[in-house]
Formats: sequence, C-alpha cells, structure tokens
Amino acid sequence: MKKAPLLFFLILLSVVALVPFIWTVSTALKDDQEVFAFPPRWIPETIQWGNFQKAWTALPFTQWVINTLVVTLACTIGQMLTGSLVAYGFSRFKFKGRDTLFGLVIATMMLPGQVTMIPVFMIWRELRAIDTYWPLILPAFFGGGAFNIFLIRQFFLSIPNELDEAAMIDGASYLRVWWQILLPLSAPVLATVGVLSFIGHWDDFNGPLIYLNSPEKYTVSIGLRMFQDSYGSETNLLMAASLIHILPTIVLFFFAQRYFMRGIQLSGLGGR
Amino acid sequence: MKKHQPGRWGFIFILPWLLGFIFFTAGPMIASLVLSFTRYDLSTIHFVGTKNYERILFDEPLFWKSLQVTVTYAFFSVPLGIAGSLALALMLNQKVAGERIFRTLFYLPSLVPSVASALLWSWIFNADNGLLNYTLGLFGWGGVEWLADEKYTLGAFVVMSLWGIGGGRMIIFLAGLQGISESYYEAARLDGASAWRQFRNVTLPLLSPVMFFNLILGVIGAFQVFTQAYIMTAGGPNNATYFYALAIFRNAFEYFKLGKASALAWILFLILMGITALQFWASKRWVHYEGEAKS
Repeated sequence: MKKAPLLFFLILLSVVALVPFIWTVSTALKDDQEVFAFPPRWIPETIQWGNFQKAWTALPFTQWVINTLVVTLACTIGQMLTGSLVAYGFSRFKFKGRDTLFGLVIATMMLPGQVTMIPVFMIWRELRAIDTYWPLILPAFFGGGAFNIFLIRQFFLSIPNELDEAAMIDGASYLRVWWQILLPLSAPVLATVGVLSFIGHWDDFNGPLIYLNSPEKYTVSIGLRMFQDSYGSETNLLMAASLIHILPTIVLFFFAQRYFMRGIQLSGLGGR
Repeated sequence: MKKHQPGRWGFIFILPWLLGFIFFTAGPMIASLVLSFTRYDLSTIHFVGTKNYERILFDEPLFWKSLQVTVTYAFFSVPLGIAGSLALALMLNQKVAGERIFRTLFYLPSLVPSVASALLWSWIFNADNGLLNYTLGLFGWGGVEWLADEKYTLGAFVVMSLWGIGGGRMIIFLAGLQGISESYYEAARLDGASAWRQFRNVTLPLLSPVMFFNLILGVIGAFQVFTQAYIMTAGGPNNATYFYALAIFRNAFEYFKLGKASALAWILFLILMGITALQFWASKRWVHYEGEAKS
C-alpha cells in the first residue's frame, strides 16, 4: 500500500504522455465544424471515419507509403547485415589498428551530420543520383551506423568464443560462423537494431527533403509536409494524415517490444 | 586451430564501415572544410580565403541569433530532459505493479516520427483551439500565442522535447539502475543511510557513466534540431526559432550559398568539439567507473 502514491503518479504521467495521441485521434475523427468547437469535445458527435480515406486519397499516400517502405526496409536490411558484419570484425579478430578504428567508430557518433551534408550532396549530384533513392539507401550498407555497430559488438562480446571455435573445428568458414552461429544467437540485439533502424528511416525528413524532387517519389515524411502546405487549414485531415505516418512505427514496436527492451539491456549499455 | 591470417579477415569484415567512413565521413569533412573557404553556388566556385568566416562572425547578426536560439534551447532542454528521464527510470525501478505497461506507455511518444510530431504539437499549441490553451483556460490562464509570440516559442519547443523523456534515454537509465547490485544498498542501509543519501552516494555515482553518455549525445542532438523548426515555425516568429541547423540548411539549399553554409557547419563542428572536450575534462570530477578507486 506504500506504493499507492507512486502508482497514482505513474498513472498521471502516463495520461500526460498519452493525451497528445488521444487529442490527435479525436481531432482526426471530427467534422470540419466540430474541430473548432469550444469547449473541445473528446468524443466526436458523429465519428468521421471517412476523414482517413479523404486524407489518404487527397494526395498520393499509397505511392508514398510504398516508396517509404522500400527505402526503409532496404536501409534496415543494410544496417543489420553490414552492421553485424563489421561488429563481427571488431569483436572476434585481432588486427593492427583495430582499437584505434573502433575508437573512430565511436567518435563518429558525436559528429553532427551537417558537417558532411553538403559534400555528400555534391557526390550524389556528381553521380546524377539526385531524385533517386540511392542517396537514401546506399549509405546504410556501409557499416550500418556507429551506434548499431557498437550495440551489436557489445552483444557479440557476451557470446562465448568457444562456440565459434567449435564450429571452426568442424570446418566452418568465418562467414559461416557469423551467419550460422552468431546471428541466430543475437536475436534481441538484431531486433533492437532493426526496430531503431526502421523507425529512424521511416522518420527521416532531412534526407528525402534534400534528395527527392518529384512528388511521385516522395516519402511519407515530406509528403506529409506537402499535405500541410495544401490542406493545412483542414486540421482534422492533417491529423488523420499524421496518424498514417505514426501508426506503422507503433505497430512494429508492439511486435518487437519484448526483444527490443532486452536488446538494449543485454548489450551492456545500461551497465558501464 | 588458428587459420592462416585471421587478422586479415577481421579487416575485411570491417571494410564496409571503413569505406563508408572514408567516402561519407572523413572525405566529406575535409571537402567541407575546403568549401568553407570558397564561394560556391553549385555552378561556379571561387576561392575567397577566410571571407565566409569573417562575414559570419562580424557581419551577420542572424548567425549570433541562431547560435543564441540553439544554445538557449540546449541549456534548458538537455538538463530537463535528462532529469526527467532519470526520474521516470527511478520510479519504474521501484518494482511497482505494471512496470512493463508504464514503460511501454512512456516510450510511445518517442516512436512518433518528427514531422507528425511537429504537426501534432502545432495543433496542441494552436492559440485559439489548441489543447494547451484550453487546459490552461480551465485554471484561468491561457490565451498565449505559443508559436506566434517570440517570448514563448522557444519555451514551447522545450516543452515539446520533454514529451520524449520516456524514450531510449529512459530505457538506458533503467537498464543502468537494474545493473546496480543490491548489495551496495544493503551496505548503505547498514550504515544507516537515508533514501536520499543512498541515491546521492550509491545510485548517482554508479549511474554517472550513463549520465555522461546521455549528456554528450543530448547536447549534440540539441544542436541539430531542424525538422520541428522547419515545419512548425519556419524559424519564426522574428527568428525566435532560427535554429542553427535551419540556418545551415537555408544557406545551403535555399540560398545556394554552399561555401558559407560549409563555414557555418564547420563552426558548429568546432563549437561541439569544444563543448564535448570540456565535458570530458569536467567528467573527471563527477563520473565514476566501477573498479576504479574512488578519489
């Protein structure tokens, strides 16, 4: 019973965290007049499910969702694959300069993206890749990001080396050890990296803003920005469109949640 | 057991990262430094020496404005955010019923994509029909033009950032708390330490490496706020949310002053290096690593 005040406080905080969602959903389901009703009604008088359809078809959201899924899934695969490969290299082998290079990996976490943004843009422009998905996808296949390498490496270090050695006595190659021993044992951290990567790229605004010009190639994030420009005054539709953007990350999170939390804990980040 | 030259294989496996580092990080950094001494508009390029830097530092009030906006935002949002995340983690660590459900609920806001979050908060901050003014109105306050009155805009941005305190940072704190051995607390209790002293002398020191990690990345993150400012206020009103990253973006991709934008980017880099170095230096006084003798 001593914990009742704490419990009450936690419930209060949860409500505060959730209210913006509820407010958004509520607005998305109202008609044009009720949006501006005072005092605001939490439950719309008649629920306007049609708003979602209106928002979806006002601009080519179907195309944008497909575009975003292609880019996001490609990036997620790239980050998981090359991230774990690089982590394998850093965690299981000794070679000259390894620790210095790993230090560099960590240091790049602290590098603001703005410093490299302009020359990288120039490279893609030189390669005539503006208004294509290459600038968004290809970088994900080069090591998968410092934080991911760090997470996976930490996890690999917690897997006993004897497993690798036993497999190699049986004649497995290094690549096989990575693919058939380490990866299957690393589900929690791979799920963590996968979810973070998916959310990160689904969310990405700066990249598509710089690289994509044709509206039919847009991703949802900049499509939503276009929606704001064209239908900004129709708040209910704008909120419905925003929910389209929000929903996939939340669904994914609920599926991967169990692994996800464990992945961060096991990777020792919480420790030291 | 050892196959021939395993080290070479290790190097091959890290090659994707190394190539990416050369082509997408190190190379562009040097290129951006070179560019910062030029005038470049995507078609012609002239070497102009240190003119970009001189102009930015001595002849451009907007630069100082954007720096002031960004520093002010970081000054409030980072400590408040870290304290908030830590407070949530401490509460969840009390073995309270339904811990997992609360953890999930607190985490949800950080799953919202930044554009959607910006739109959603624009609506909450709406002066006439927004939820915030309505709620404040119930207590007799309100009527604030959150996003149109320059006195309040930055504050609104800080409030919005606090919505995310239950995200990754809280999870990391929670994992850190759960990693602290119960025996430390038992020892402290045997010495008659109060709950506050246990927190002050056991929890905080043992958590300090995690705090340090969050502080470093928090400051760097605060200096890169872009999407919210771009979507919600376009830097306004009266440049009150003209964040530094927005200044770089505008100069580069709207005014096509890529040389000047590169100089801005390098100034940002140097500022962040300075702050980070300072934090590393100061960390010797307050960050404790386990297994290290306490001074």
